[in-house]
Amino acid sequence: MVDLIAKTPMDGFVPLTLGNVTLSEMTAGPITSVSPFNDTGKDLSAALKAAHGMTVPAANRSTGKASARAIWFGREQFILMGCEADQGLENYAALTDQSDGWTIVELKGAGAADVLARVTPLDLRSHVFKKGHTARSDLMHMASSITRTGDNTFLIMVFRSMAGTLLHDLQRAMEGVASRG
Amino acid sequence: MRVAGKGQIDQSTPISFTFDGIQYRGFAGDTVASALLANDIRLMARSFKYHRPRGVLTAGSEEPNALMTVGRDGATDPNVRATVQEIYEGLELRSQNAWPSLEYDVMAVNDLASPFLGAGFYYKTFMWPRAFWERVYEPIIRRAAGLGALSGKKQSDKYERAYAHCDVLVIGAGPTGLMAALRAAKSGADVILADEDSVMGGRLNSESFEVDGQAGADWAAGIVAQLGEMNNVRLMTRTTVAGVYDQGTFGALERVNHHTSVRDGKAPLETFWRIVAKQSILAAGAIERPIAFQNNDRPGIMTAGAVRSYLNRWGVAPGKAITVFANNDDAHRTAMDMQAAGVHVAAVIDSRSNVQALGDYTLIKGAQVCGTTGRKGLETITVRSSAGTQSISTDCLAMSGGWNPTVHLTCHMNGRPMWREDIASFVPTEGTIPNMTVAGACNGDFSTHACLGTGLEAAAKAVTALGKTPVEIDTPQAEDTAYKMEPFWAVPGKGRAWVDFQNDVSVKDVKQAAVENFRSVEHMKRYTTQGMATDQGKNSNVTALALLADATGRGIPETGTTTFRPPYSPIAMAAFGAGAEGKGFAPERKTTSHVATIEDGAPMMEAGLWYRPSYFPIKGEKTWRQSCDREVGYVRNAVGVCDVSTLGKIDIQGPDAAELLDFVYTNMFSSLKVGRVRYGLMLREDGYVMDDGTTARLSETHFVMTTTTAAAGAVMRHLEFVTQVLRPELDVRLMSVTEQWAQFAVAGPQSRELLNGLLDQTLDNETWPFMACGDVSISGVQGRLFRISFSGEHAYEIAVPARYGDSLFRTLTAKATKMGGGSYGVEALNVLRIEKGFITHAEIHGRVTAFDIGMGRMISAKKDCIGKTMAARDGLLDEDRERLMGFKPVGAVKQLTAGAHLYNEGDEATAEFDNGYLTSVAFSPTLGHFMALGFVRGGPERLGDRLRMVDHMRQIETIVEVCDPVVFDPKGERTRG
Amino acid sequence: MRLPCPICGERDIREFYYQGADVALNRPAPDAGDDAWQDYVYLRDNQPGEHRDLWQHESGCGSWIVVSRNTVTHEVSGAKLAKEIKRAKA
Repeated sequence: MVDLIAKTPMDGFVPLTLGNVTLSEMTAGPITSVSPFNDTGKDLSAALKAAHGMTVPAANRSTGKASARAIWFGREQFILMGCEADQGLENYAALTDQSDGWTIVELKGAGAADVLARVTPLDLRSHVFKKGHTARSDLMHMASSITRTGDNTFLIMVFRSMAGTLLHDLQRAMEGVASRG
Repeated sequence: MRVAGKGQIDQSTPISFTFDGIQYRGFAGDTVASALLANDIRLMARSFKYHRPRGVLTAGSEEPNALMTVGRDGATDPNVRATVQEIYEGLELRSQNAWPSLEYDVMAVNDLASPFLGAGFYYKTFMWPRAFWERVYEPIIRRAAGLGALSGKKQSDKYERAYAHCDVLVIGAGPTGLMAALRAAKSGADVILADEDSVMGGRLNSESFEVDGQAGADWAAGIVAQLGEMNNVRLMTRTTVAGVYDQGTFGALERVNHHTSVRDGKAPLETFWRIVAKQSILAAGAIERPIAFQNNDRPGIMTAGAVRSYLNRWGVAPGKAITVFANNDDAHRTAMDMQAAGVHVAAVIDSRSNVQALGDYTLIKGAQVCGTTGRKGLETITVRSSAGTQSISTDCLAMSGGWNPTVHLTCHMNGRPMWREDIASFVPTEGTIPNMTVAGACNGDFSTHACLGTGLEAAAKAVTALGKTPVEIDTPQAEDTAYKMEPFWAVPGKGRAWVDFQNDVSVKDVKQAAVENFRSVEHMKRYTTQGMATDQGKNSNVTALALLADATGRGIPETGTTTFRPPYSPIAMAAFGAGAEGKGFAPERKTTSHVATIEDGAPMMEAGLWYRPSYFPIKGEKTWRQSCDREVGYVRNAVGVCDVSTLGKIDIQGPDAAELLDFVYTNMFSSLKVGRVRYGLMLREDGYVMDDGTTARLSETHFVMTTTTAAAGAVMRHLEFVTQVLRPELDVRLMSVTEQWAQFAVAGPQSRELLNGLLDQTLDNETWPFMACGDVSISGVQGRLFRISFSGEHAYEIAVPARYGDSLFRTLTAKATKMGGGSYGVEALNVLRIEKGFITHAEIHGRVTAFDIGMGRMISAKKDCIGKTMAARDGLLDEDRERLMGFKPVGAVKQLTAGAHLYNEGDEATAEFDNGYLTSVAFSPTLGHFMALGFVRGGPERLGDRLRMVDHMRQIETIVEVCDPVVFDPKGERTRG
Repeated sequence: MRLPCPICGERDIREFYYQGADVALNRPAPDAGDDAWQDYVYLRDNQPGEHRDLWQHESGCGSWIVVSRNTVTHEVSGAKLAKEIKRAKA
């Protein structure tokens, strides 16, 4: 018998603070992508509400709380994060386990949006991209998911394999922002 | 010299810097130009072509003359404009384009040879012999001419990129821009106000005007402070909006740390901004134009507005005896400001006859400056008028031929400016940039009052377009003098009168172009080089046009302008590419086994964005081939482990999943049993092969498709295309799961034994035959197992959630090692598949069909699929096409090389006789010789033929024999065992 | 350049993948004949002016969209989901 040891995508990374911004790796628990089948939207909404107390997020929005969220993740799909997806949802949607597929970090602090402005073309002004808003976009050259979870807090996801590049790109941007004081 | 009591800079903070090794002192807020002038240094550079001594002409980013080099080695910045570079403690500047020194430049001999070096001289002079052009003439010309030089070393400064978004972008923070920004911001718009200068205020900082009873500079500072307190305003100084692009996108360069000594690799030297604005207001101001007259380029001759800037902003008098030469009233203010500061004004020469002095100075009307003296700095000017010719001693001549609105940005989307007779210059044509309003001096409104007023109007227009109501703001009190000028471009006469200082283009050169029939302005530009290099003709374009119009007997509007393109002012390539150098070039994708692989000393190779091990060297091995041969042996004789997580994996679910697969693959998948895997071939719609891979059926409605590493992204995009665009009725969902699973090939005769010591279940040939798949677990960790083989051996691929990848790889490798095997890299993987004739993108490279690779029969006759119709074209089924075969050496030379071409024995090795080429080559330790896959005309019909393999690049020639692509275990018995 | 994604709103060009003319929506039947297939796979008018072409919001929501734009003025006049255009035709 062997016991397989689990590692996070950024295994060993300690939170990095530069200036007023802190980058931390997040462990989100289970992540399941949910892609409703043709014409099952209403049933899925009801089932999700019943099973998880969340509504299906509209495009570019997220629902739920810090402990368990539903984050819109693209055309006809969202992810359930922080809870095991109720298997009853399978009647209405394709469910796929994504728990290990993503590097997840939180960028927090007064300059967090300025840091992101160096890596993504998204318009992140606070009255445009409000708390709970989410977007799929480029982060430098990586496909990413960016969600504003607080006034100055963003949840960022890129492919697991790109953890090192994410750290490189964000650290470089953080250094640039921090240098301006 | 400094003038006591003048200027706005902080004269209590001295700063020292060096120019050509000599230390000078200036003050915080000085530019290099103002500080050198304060130190009575007028000679700052040598000209481009004739190496004539030059001083500063302007006080802004349009400066053509005073270019210098800052920094050393990888931090070298050539062609830095002394008028833009601010001084800081320890700043080092060097002159450029001069040898051995700025004072004594031997290349100044060019100036004596100038009769032979006029416009287009190199087209005429250096024609013969032809071979001399590249080897002799061009190197000499390149060395003689030119501006600053790059270091040739790796860039050591950090450049940064960033994005910004706003409702209203205001370009330029002079009186126009400040009022526009204030009104737009107070009306509730998100405003970005960008200005290229270090201090906002524009000409208000350079003039002695008052606004609302305050000194102009103080008023501007007050508005800037007010804007700075608003949350919806972002002020960007030292930021040049340099380009306008589609849909309200602007490129802007911020010089973040050029004015400091901070070079820590963290703080950026420059930031290249991409600004997206719903509305924009161009308030870019105007640039004063010089007048062409003989020897008008001596150090000490500058534009009249620049002279006022040095006095009023920096407290510097650029000379002790000032003269002014102008065709307009505005320039007279230079004389008045100088007098008010106690500086002697020798004379004001005005080309107009009907003009009055505005103050107590000597005015020479209807006169022209027709010559100057002073080799390294102006000493005298010669003035010609109806009264005769006189010489006047002066060390600073302030000239003005009028002002040219800065229309450049309005032309970046193919717009052409309009000629306005009353100001004898071009103004922007309305509407050339969607959602841009032009205001102030760049629109031809030159008085301060007009600038403030049109700025407010522009803001109202922008704000209204945003659906907001503009707040009312009264136009501040300010001068509203009419702009009085009469066009005057060049003083007639012999000798060289400079039009374009940066490119050493004279009036004569422009006329010569016209004489030689380069009448189009675009031709004239290229023939004379007028308007090129760093200033892009900002000081000279309109004058050159006027002269060309005159020489060709046309009006200026008919003559037209050259095309203004981005960038407005020079931008380093490093800024455009900021962030994309080094590790920023592309993401690095690392597998979960990366750390363990590096620990094992494996050199990594790039496979797309992924990093994969080439081979795993062990002690005593000296070449990669030794390691590779050993690893091949692991798989053929024991068991090998290889990370195959990089292959694309796509989850396909839904009632119509099988139907989708039938449509995108050439072969049938609806007939695949649950728990089984099938190889599939995918075509493009034009009938050529797109990709291949295996697809497993996990349930009736659930498949997992595998793609090649290289094509994973393209295949996902293709499947999305099919499901959204071609077959939207299919009820099927796609999800990439490449990253979710860590997947390892366990290959070799002992692979099952290894897995049976690891899995919670036991494998045997009946429950787990070749091409079976299903769920397994390892100590409770759920995984998936696929009995597939890319090596021809009894093999499996095992997948676990990626968090366990590192641990599983170490476990598998340790077990394999104990069994006489171990991990293998991509080199061994390649040898194993070449021995078996398995293809990769080396073979399916985009120009081959299913027929070409011997898989024509895989296109099912029972159904339609992407590419089926086009693949059936006669030409794609021609027996004589280059088709996939194997090759082995049979002559004295044993080496094969990928990329080498094939020729019949006896034929010349030229394109005409080309018979095919090799795509994949490996030394097979199993067979003891080189093996290759490749394409040969006629394919299977050539079996047994001998051909010449010629590698022209490496100079290798080998006789090869055409053989079956599958040379090892052709019946596949080992795979199924 | 920016494109209006029907799902995500206006986004920077770098998020999109360009394919080509929206001809691709009209895949001929397998037996439509050589001319129809030749037209579909290879032949494009490519006149300056109004174009309708297919883009994928690849690093955004993943939608394939048909963008209407003018290649002379660079004006982008709109975008629709390819899936909806196709369904409306069906």
